[in-house]
Amino acid sequence: MQIEMEAMKQPKIKALKMERREFLQLTALAGGGLLLRSFIGTPALAQGRAAAPALSPMAFIRIAADGTVTIMAKNPEIGQGIRTALPMLIAEELDVDWKSVRVEQADLDETKYGSQSSGGSTSIPNNWEPLRRVGAAGRQLLLNAAAQTWGVPVAECSTASGRVLHAASKRSLGYGELAAMAATLTPPDPATVPMKDPKDYKIVGHSQAGCDNLALVTGKPQFGIDVDMPGLLHAVFQKCPVYGGRVKSANLDAVLKMPGVRQAFVVEGSVKPGAVDTSGALEPGVAIVADMWWQAEQARKSLRVDWDQTGCLLQNSKDIAKQAEALSQQPPANTVRHEGDAETALKSSAHVLEAAYTYPFIAHATLEPQGTTASFKDGKLEMWTTSQSPGRGVSGAARILGIPAENITVHLRRAGGGFGRRLTNDFMVEAAWIAKTAGVPVKLLWSREDDFGHDSFRPGGFQYLKAGLDSSGKLVAWRHHFVTFGEGSRTASSADLAQDNFPAGYITNYALYMTPMPLWLKTGALRAPGHNAHAFVVESFLDELATAAGKDPLAFRLALLRDTSTSAGQAAAAPRPPSNRPDSRLNPSRMQGVLELVAEKSNWANRKRAPGTGMGIASWFCHLGYFAIVTEVTVNASNQVHVNKVWAAGDVGSQIINPRAAENMVQGGFIDGMSQMNQEITLANGAVEQTHFNQHAMLRMRQAPSQIEIYWNKTNYPTTGLGEPGLPPILPALTNAIFAATGKRIRSLPMSGSGFSWV
Amino acid sequence: MAFKLTINQQTVSVDASPETPLLWVLRDKLQLKGAKFGCGEGFCGACTVLMGGHAIRSCMTPVSSAVGQSIMTVEGLSPDGSHPVQKAWQEVDVPQCGYCQSGQILTAVALLASNPHPTDGQIDDAMSNNLCRCGTYTRIREAIHQAADAAATTAAVPAKQK
Repeated sequence: MQIEMEAMKQPKIKALKMERREFLQLTALAGGGLLLRSFIGTPALAQGRAAAPALSPMAFIRIAADGTVTIMAKNPEIGQGIRTALPMLIAEELDVDWKSVRVEQADLDETKYGSQSSGGSTSIPNNWEPLRRVGAAGRQLLLNAAAQTWGVPVAECSTASGRVLHAASKRSLGYGELAAMAATLTPPDPATVPMKDPKDYKIVGHSQAGCDNLALVTGKPQFGIDVDMPGLLHAVFQKCPVYGGRVKSANLDAVLKMPGVRQAFVVEGSVKPGAVDTSGALEPGVAIVADMWWQAEQARKSLRVDWDQTGCLLQNSKDIAKQAEALSQQPPANTVRHEGDAETALKSSAHVLEAAYTYPFIAHATLEPQGTTASFKDGKLEMWTTSQSPGRGVSGAARILGIPAENITVHLRRAGGGFGRRLTNDFMVEAAWIAKTAGVPVKLLWSREDDFGHDSFRPGGFQYLKAGLDSSGKLVAWRHHFVTFGEGSRTASSADLAQDNFPAGYITNYALYMTPMPLWLKTGALRAPGHNAHAFVVESFLDELATAAGKDPLAFRLALLRDTSTSAGQAAAAPRPPSNRPDSRLNPSRMQGVLELVAEKSNWANRKRAPGTGMGIASWFCHLGYFAIVTEVTVNASNQVHVNKVWAAGDVGSQIINPRAAENMVQGGFIDGMSQMNQEITLANGAVEQTHFNQHAMLRMRQAPSQIEIYWNKTNYPTTGLGEPGLPPILPALTNAIFAATGKRIRSLPMSGSGFSWV
Repeated sequence: MAFKLTINQQTVSVDASPETPLLWVLRDKLQLKGAKFGCGEGFCGACTVLMGGHAIRSCMTPVSSAVGQSIMTVEGLSPDGSHPVQKAWQEVDVPQCGYCQSGQILTAVALLASNPHPTDGQIDDAMSNNLCRCGTYTRIREAIHQAADAAATTAAVPAKQK
């Protein structure tokens, strides 16, 4: 194991010696507590891969003399529940009762806590092993302390519920009583410390209520918007409706006269003309700073800005769609993947099916708009932020302010939704700049109109598919032309289609092409980026092919997954070295597992329903997780769709850490996916047309599925995350059910374009 | 301008211009952060508070029209989360991000005050103007049923046995 040690002078560590003190720095707290700071490296990977860089030192556990255990929550909380789940991992191996645990949010300090980004469903897979080791190392230390106190061999001691026990002499001591002694001892090596057998878990795998539920239901200030302090002023930031437009002139004098307004100034920004910067650079605009946010927002109504849009593209959605259609008729610009000979195979196929699938730009629309509070004083910046990637935000702020990153302190606040929006740190650098310019602490809050107008949008796309079946109904050829946004061979942020996107590798003759179009709009990651559209396209089209082949859509998919003659089938059949790292390649037997489970639970074999009601199936692998979903819908004469029931089978490895929270997440992902099917962001003259929730509808309670059942297929693989994998297959599971109910295919989103709506 | 308001059964005096939305008076003048800002146009319900027992959009209610009314925010339901609806929300583990939940809870309180045993359809009708971006609707419905059942059980127990 590679371990990067801050203060280490000796290069090698062989056995438990004084050097181990560097692993777990112990600090005795006043009053006799124990502060455990762990230096953890990721475990050595399977042969053939380089070891991942070591995590930096962490400080996670504080034990007070009365036995109260405070555990640090390292990652930003956006509603995905890792403020509860990650401390559960530590508490389990530490062997304390969950009810004795207090959770505290860690500040940003990635040398202490490791990476503190929340995104890509990575919080669980990245922390599953390291945080359990933190807890286990802590437990070992307390065992050692008790053994020394009693003068007995440590092997005769055990732990339970925050106490160390010596059965032979019927003695026990609470962790709180041992904390002071433990602080004086040499800590164990986290890499080799013994961990629990999962069958002995008391916390992990058992539902724990969210650790902040009481605070949330009593309205305690938790969110970024709730930050308050004496002397805090409030800011709005008006940007050009077209990305990157610069301020030529603005009536600042008039704005300064408005009630409560303290300052108004132009921000030049750092984005270069002629380029859309999706990395979180500072965009140009006008800042208004006032006593109350509402006063700043009212003052904005008097603001008149003459924008310079030189170098900006003024695009319209209708023109973009026409351009895509034209490009689809021409040879593609790039070949992404080519196996066999799709063009020839298509010519000789018994049955060829062709379809164009399209989907729009959509916005994240987190319920809490973007924003950050910042205070700049004496060359130092302090921020309170909802960012999902605060480390990157600090780099951006340091760059724009011209100060070293070490001069920046960041407190992580609960976010009213993330969904990937808060991975783009535009709001952080804006707040930093405005605070520095204003010279007082400032809370920047975006209005809802700002949030819609300046999202980092999920890109729209245009996918042109042509596939061939042989006379036995087997899928033998697949041609996929993806018309998207980008330049040359590069795609805009989240506008790509990976070369291993299913069913690549599972069809002997396969061609994937990409042709980019220019785009003057910020794009970025929206929950299951790429997959939230690709699953809709691929799994709906596969359903079309199954229907054309006269086959059961489930059997059609299973046949693809079981075919060992394809490149993916051969790779899957080849032996893989054992690894405790999750595999990013689709494992067809795991996909078969969830398909078979959902088919059983939904009684798929007896899916025939009366006209107007139908069942559909879909499956998808993304973010290391496997989901297969069956839905039953009823569609009335007005093409209003009600989702009667959703059955889902998920495989995210050996453990569901917090079962009730896991179900909550997956249910939420289905509702999110349903909302996505009805949303659309359009451009007119380079500006986003939608400004409010009535123009970008979110599902309402009455439209939610009547029943959702979730089944876990636990497999002997490392535990992975749930933020995203359940979402992509719900779209095609629904389009396929709507087809079964009505005979109509939905090839274009929003589904209102085909006359359908949720009811 | 000074306004006397009754918030959570207490009289408070605030200084604000008459058209200031009640939402911002609650949050910025009274440090009651439970009601949230989601849109400012009444579409989302994150700002919901009770006025005279009815759910209103505090983002669109000028403070001047709150004078003489009884305002209840989520902070006023109980000192410790023990209101039946708050308890049910915790027991059913409703919140994901939690941002919409103050508004959801108060709307549920108003519903149960007028309809102690709502059907799923009645719950949908009452709650469908409160948006939840995280999609906790299934849980919210379950929690409302649980709160309704708990209230019925409490009411059914004779006074001397409580």
